[in-house]
Amino acid sequence: MTTARFRPGERVRVQAWDPPGHVRTPWYVRGHVGEIVQVIGPMPDPEHMAYGRTDAPPVVVYRVRFRRRELWPEDADPHEDTVVVDLGETWLTPLDDPAKEEAA
Amino acid sequence: MTTQPHGPHPKQPDLEDLPYSWHMALTDALADLLLAKGIFSADELRATLETIDQATPAQGARLVARAWVDPDFRTRLLADVNAAAAELGIDAGAIPIRAVANTPEVHNVIVCTLCSCYPRFLLGPPPDWYKQRAYRSRVVREPRAVLAEFGLVLPDHVRIEVHDSTAELRYMVLPMRPEGTEDMDEEALAALVTRDCMIGTALPKAPKRA
Repeated sequence: MTTARFRPGERVRVQAWDPPGHVRTPWYVRGHVGEIVQVIGPMPDPEHMAYGRTDAPPVVVYRVRFRRRELWPEDADPHEDTVVVDLGETWLTPLDDPAKEEAA
Repeated sequence: MTTQPHGPHPKQPDLEDLPYSWHMALTDALADLLLAKGIFSADELRATLETIDQATPAQGARLVARAWVDPDFRTRLLADVNAAAAELGIDAGAIPIRAVANTPEVHNVIVCTLCSCYPRFLLGPPPDWYKQRAYRSRVVREPRAVLAEFGLVLPDHVRIEVHDSTAELRYMVLPMRPEGTEDMDEEALAALVTRDCMIGTALPKAPKRA
């Protein structure tokens, strides 16, 4: 899959998966909603490269912005600070289509 | 004349006195194999390590200073740091580096929460605190508290955006040119840009006027 499924400005939910092995999606964004900032484009998938599978298809990488207050609503700090995380498309689901969101 | 007895004193351990870890053994074995198979030579390995060790934040600072004095270069730097670095004769390495520009509304900070990804070819080795769990786990969740510990307190209206280097990309912060530096040349400007300014834990400061 080398054409980008999502566009800048689109909101996505990160899969709440807990797969074994080499994973590049930090825990703190799993299951959370973010906004696509930028499409980086297809890159070698580190979750396959980690095992020497150099023939695996590339993954489209996005820069996804999360609101700190959405990630940690229990925190008292009221500032609207943000975190931008680089995520592979396999981890992202469209927010407006819950049917496509797979169960964790 | 009396002779001072040379009593025992604590022995400074040599590097080899550290425990030989599994990862150290793996690294040595891998290097031996790559050399034995002729993938690269011992001199090429040495030269690569030398290049990495010789990289310093001064290289990144040259890019920042040039971007401050040349708006076209700034545009090219924000589009492709590696290509912009090559214009100045700086080898920024094979991994793509992105520059994130501070504005009056947004202050950028870089981190790698998973490990310690850092634009080494451009800024040199990362500081120890950058690799520590405390910085990596806290800066995404409580950036204002962490920056305050570095002595950086930002106004409430400035949004802090933390960039987590989780993919095969590296980041550097392009800070804003401080006020009071209008008459400084590019070389003098570069001297104001420290390592932490390009991580986002500090701001460049204009020199104090006498």
